[in-house]
Amino acid sequence: MATFDLNDDSVVVIIGTGAGGGVLANELAQKGVKVVALEAGGRYLPEDYINDEWESFGQLAWLDTRTTSGDWRVAKDFSGLPAWIVKAVGGTTTHWAGASIRFQDHEWKALTTYGPVEGANLLDWPIDGAEMAPWYEKAETKLGVTRTGDRAGLPGNNNYKVFEKGAKALGYKEVHTGRMAINSSEYDGRMACQQTGFCFQGCKWGAKWSAAYTDIPAGEATGNLEVRDRSHAARILHNDEGKVTGVEYFDKDGNLQMQKARIVCVAGNTIESPRLLLNSASPMFPNGLANSSDQVGRNYMRHVTGSVYAIFDKPVRMWRGTTMAGIVQDEARHDPARGFVGGYELETLSLGLPFMAAFLNPGGWGRSFTTALDHYENMAGMWIVGEDIPQADNRVTLSADAKDQFGLPAPNVHYSDHPNDVAMRNHAYKQGIAMYEAVGATRAFPTPPYPSTHNLGTNRMSERPEDGVCNKWGQTHDIANLFISDGSQFTTGAAENPTLTIVALAIRQADHIAREMSAGSI
Amino acid sequence: MTKLQRTGLTRRALLGRAVAAGALTVTGVGFIAAPNAAWALEVTVITPAQMATLLQMARDIYPHDQVPDQFYAVAVKGYDAEDKKDFVATGIAELDAAAQAQGHADYVSIGWEEDRVKVLQAIESSPFFQAIRGGLVTGLYNQKEVWPIFGYQGESFSQGGYINRGFDDINWL
Repeated sequence: MATFDLNDDSVVVIIGTGAGGGVLANELAQKGVKVVALEAGGRYLPEDYINDEWESFGQLAWLDTRTTSGDWRVAKDFSGLPAWIVKAVGGTTTHWAGASIRFQDHEWKALTTYGPVEGANLLDWPIDGAEMAPWYEKAETKLGVTRTGDRAGLPGNNNYKVFEKGAKALGYKEVHTGRMAINSSEYDGRMACQQTGFCFQGCKWGAKWSAAYTDIPAGEATGNLEVRDRSHAARILHNDEGKVTGVEYFDKDGNLQMQKARIVCVAGNTIESPRLLLNSASPMFPNGLANSSDQVGRNYMRHVTGSVYAIFDKPVRMWRGTTMAGIVQDEARHDPARGFVGGYELETLSLGLPFMAAFLNPGGWGRSFTTALDHYENMAGMWIVGEDIPQADNRVTLSADAKDQFGLPAPNVHYSDHPNDVAMRNHAYKQGIAMYEAVGATRAFPTPPYPSTHNLGTNRMSERPEDGVCNKWGQTHDIANLFISDGSQFTTGAAENPTLTIVALAIRQADHIAREMSAGSI
Repeated sequence: MTKLQRTGLTRRALLGRAVAAGALTVTGVGFIAAPNAAWALEVTVITPAQMATLLQMARDIYPHDQVPDQFYAVAVKGYDAEDKKDFVATGIAELDAAAQAQGHADYVSIGWEEDRVKVLQAIESSPFFQAIRGGLVTGLYNQKEVWPIFGYQGESFSQGGYINRGFDDINWL
């Protein structure tokens, strides 16, 4: 494993090691580029993961101080926890469910496709499906996505069987066990899924792709990548020419260090990435780095989500097996006749009893609540994931009062539903409930959104510098050697789980950065 | 009416009162115990009557008739602590005041769950109620011993997952 000097200004510094940063770090290292990756969390590997929801949450979740505002219910139910993401080497790829689906072509062009929507800050991506197709293929190969290449689908579990029968009863056609970055047979030296049911707590078999035990060690093995764990980025520094020169961070002992850099790539997920740019404000950049557009932190998206759980008169035991290996894609199309623009996916989901108690109806109590849990064994569940509308005022800002453990201003996450989001969610609830009723559900629960797992859009890509933070390579419009490398570069969110697209963009960005470095242009 | 039926009625009436008192007995200084002596809980800081009230609250907030009292007792026993003493005393006084405002002697002596629930609804937004409720979400449902009552199987890695243990065994569709 490489180690680089703090004064080595030839390295690329990547902040964050998840789907964006972890992949970028490995891809650059494979090309011979020297990389220092700063990761706020510690190292946890499959042997460390815990098959216990709360204990695992304590081990992996990002629990630094955050505040919330806006009319979303998360701000009321989980005011200090806007997002359920991970603080660890590998980032949220430890926790993610593995659903790996490509954007539909029209979703790259949301403004053009949907037309102007009142209150929306919609924009077309500066890239399209044809541009991304080869990168998606590389991403699918890296992740071993089922139902792509020659990889078989996963078998359906109990929860899927209920879901599939309901979907088919409603006439849905695109129903299967998903394109999943979870091995249906041994792949890339990792074993097949053992149907353990704790996908969200880190896969103890390593059957689910996670950067923690794939890209990170592969990058380290090249001798070109140094991962510094428990290193919390505090500020990005720049010179008088307006180029970034290094990153100040708190090391594992809490001491402030400064790593010099030729290029800095920000991949701290959609809340931390804009926060870091805002916390790096200077006399030259008083509104934060790369923020001449005033778009840093804006357009925070978190997908239209929600769940439908239903009770049957016989056992389902939904917790057994791959959590999210089940999808209905028929509603992912854009069809304004339904009363909203964009579309949504329905995917199987299960929570264990402890999390079901916390999330089924947060704040709920009494027999209406407890009789639902009484039939936990007879419950089936699905998750809604749909495109939400970017809005300028849904944004990450620096809190005026709240500070993190290092004394840095904490992020506030403000989100309010757009009427389009509400219409889409209600449609999805209705369809989800109808699916379960078609299989004989005796009671159904339209469950509100959990703290966000898909956090997107706060440093968005744009063709024109005045519309967004970075260009089609993730390179910031304002600072040529500063890149955005995570889901915060999403111009719009599309209906699909974002990880595959984050990975595809990271592979493509690595290619671009290595090429530009060789050409001497950055 | 036969003797047997009368006995049944009597037992049911007794059980009704027992439920109203949290299905437990204040057994003197420092203890509350189940009537069948299946379990007992020692209190050292708050009073047995206060603990009995907390236990009844826990049952009324998250009522699961198949879950024995001992699990609720585990969920609230942390309130028997020096730094919780005033919080508990003030909160229960508030609860009992709400009960009295609805014409009852106090909360714990109300016979019907639905009447106790009305009292709880009156204080639902109070920090006391919210703290008790919030604490129960993990205090009750995160007890591994309670999971089998709901059919939840918990950890599965050590048993090789469910690949050979019924991940797709649904047979009624």
